[in-house]
Amino acid sequence: MNTMKASERMKIPRQHSIEQNAEKRSHNFEEVSLGLDEVLALTEASRCLECKDPICMEGCPVNVDIKSFVQLVNEKKFVDAVKKIRESNFLPAICGRVCPQEEQCENVCTLGKKHDPVAIGKLERFVADYEMKSGQFTIPQIETKREGKVAVVGSGPSGLTCAAELAKYGYAVTLFEALHEVGGVLRYGIPEFRLPRTILDIEVERIQALGVKIYTNFVIGRTATVDELFKEWGFSAVFLGTGAGTPHFMGIPGESLNGVYSANEFLTRVNLMKAYKFPEYDTPIRLGKNVAVIGGGNTAMDGVRTSKRLGAEKAYLVYRRSRAEMPARLEEVHHAEEEGIEFLMLTNPTKILSDGNNNVVGMECQKMELGEPDASGRRKPVPISGSEFVLEVQTVIEAVGQAPNPIIQATTPGLETSKRSTVVVGEKQQTNRPGIFAGGDLTRGGATVILAMRDGKEAAAAIHGYLLERSK
Amino acid sequence: MFKIIEKEFLAPTVARFVIEAPFIAPKRKPGNFVMLRVGKTGERIPITLVDSDVTKGTITLIVQGIGKTTKELLTKSAGDFLSDVVGPLGNPTPILEKKTVACIGGGVGTAELFPITKALNDAGCRVYSIIGGRSKELVILENEMKRSSHTAVVTTDDGSYGRKGIVTEPLKEWLDAKTGIEAVYAIGPLPMMRAVSNLTKNYGVKTYVSLNAIMVDGTGMCGGCRVTVAGKMKFACVDGPEFDGHDVDFDEMILRNRSYAAGEKTVLDRFEHAPGECRLEKMV
Repeated sequence: MNTMKASERMKIPRQHSIEQNAEKRSHNFEEVSLGLDEVLALTEASRCLECKDPICMEGCPVNVDIKSFVQLVNEKKFVDAVKKIRESNFLPAICGRVCPQEEQCENVCTLGKKHDPVAIGKLERFVADYEMKSGQFTIPQIETKREGKVAVVGSGPSGLTCAAELAKYGYAVTLFEALHEVGGVLRYGIPEFRLPRTILDIEVERIQALGVKIYTNFVIGRTATVDELFKEWGFSAVFLGTGAGTPHFMGIPGESLNGVYSANEFLTRVNLMKAYKFPEYDTPIRLGKNVAVIGGGNTAMDGVRTSKRLGAEKAYLVYRRSRAEMPARLEEVHHAEEEGIEFLMLTNPTKILSDGNNNVVGMECQKMELGEPDASGRRKPVPISGSEFVLEVQTVIEAVGQAPNPIIQATTPGLETSKRSTVVVGEKQQTNRPGIFAGGDLTRGGATVILAMRDGKEAAAAIHGYLLERSK
Repeated sequence: MFKIIEKEFLAPTVARFVIEAPFIAPKRKPGNFVMLRVGKTGERIPITLVDSDVTKGTITLIVQGIGKTTKELLTKSAGDFLSDVVGPLGNPTPILEKKTVACIGGGVGTAELFPITKALNDAGCRVYSIIGGRSKELVILENEMKRSSHTAVVTTDDGSYGRKGIVTEPLKEWLDAKTGIEAVYAIGPLPMMRAVSNLTKNYGVKTYVSLNAIMVDGTGMCGGCRVTVAGKMKFACVDGPEFDGHDVDFDEMILRNRSYAAGEKTVLDRFEHAPGECRLEKMV
């Protein structure tokens, strides 16, 4: 129990993670943040006001019992703390690293009204890492084996969570992944310096320990269709969590030049195919002296920080709105700045320039100013005439959004989709076709890891209900 | 892991592999491809599916050793394993029925063309085939192609076998002779497909070409395989790999396929000059 008075707790400043030096880390792929150590974690946990009606839990998309786990940290019961988290969230080491806590749990933290909120995400990471390092993970007891096989398509955050939750209910779960490794965007998209692969591998192993069977190199819609999963494979329900993997391009001249990448391709080459270890790994990457990354989201941050680490002299982040509108996590923006990324705000690329041999030599841009709010509620950028200039770059990476991959929609007759090619779901992640559920970016079109996990969890509960109903 | 069941050299640098892939085998259609990775540090590359055996659960690939990945693959033998094979990917080739068509293969492209030729023949088409190669050793699947064709000729650039010259010459003669060719299927090096497309455009004959672009995932995720077709950006992996040859910007694609020339050379040199053993010798 925390015996300190609330007024005393409020006096303790928010504790900060130990971080790799910015200069040093901008040349390596090791993790930026080393997290809290035990002393820092205990100090941080002691700041929690232990509210009678904690609202932090409501700020969490998967409703982790934050107050209880923080209390357990206070009591030095770190393993119990992570077990408490895992009751609602099976991937704490991942969420502790990539969740936008400042917009969720920490945003509603009572302490945050007058002071800095409790560093909930960092505490989550601390206990998850503690459990990994001390080897004290125990597989949750699965009480009842239930009738019914469920197929989970896609092994990103929604699929992994859905598979884990269904396995905990007692169902036989098979997870299908198109790539050769499990993890989806956690594997090909998020760089190693934000989410070390050993962490992801351990989380995946734990899901396998629950009895989930995994097929990699298996493209649903090609290797087998969704309907075949029901008819030939004998699955009773299917969860679709195939993400938003089709990259958008801006549609400006010069996008077919050599040296222009979608952020998806750039990050996949580096993260999944390990191009940063070329030529030890065979997959190459083209990186010019100067690199421009277009966009303002987390993917853009990942692209530009990766470019810097690969050796770019100048790594520019080019965004057509201003800093306030950037959708990236604050921490990522802050880290990028520390690492020497140059932010070109209110700058809109209009053309990518060729050397005459199909290689990029520059990018023409125009300066923008903010006008009236647009449909997204953000002030719309408007070009300033006569402000055109050329940025001398040899590599251009476009991180301007992505749409769901259309393969499943095109091969699953009758499945309702939107104009943006997302799969349409009702409240319980149920599609219009009985037995087919969906979630994550496939239904949202591009959101966060935690929202995908929320969907996976909701879908698992809905599938459980669906199968119970059917077996009556 | 995917087991190699059979391996046979068709030419000094071209081999046929039969690989255990029970989920892919029943799904293969002419024109489909797989993405393949030889080992854990390897690159993912697209290879066209040549054949499959549903009862045995195997697929057939024909591979020419050009870069590091394909040369490393040629060192593998029956009993060895490949890390990853995924598919079938891409859209199947539209197979016309009961028409007169020409099938033109250049080099290892003939391997990709063969299943299409066979399917066209089985669909009652009258098939005129041209099997091209730089020299005699690079002419592959001659007998198989002949069995599926009404008429077939072989051309070699150096005249070491068949007719001396390039594939467009017999094609032009057939088109001029009013053989009634209504569609052309051409698969081979990009300059060859460009030459065929340029020729058939003059005759207004529909021409299908198969674009072997650089791909990472092969499922529409990376966009590395983008090609300009009729002025629009297309992804070869999910929109193709076959396109109307008259609409393809071949010049751009030839330049795009050179994107990684330097990196490809680096890994190939490392592979061929790896200390300890000469893998080239082992291969031959």
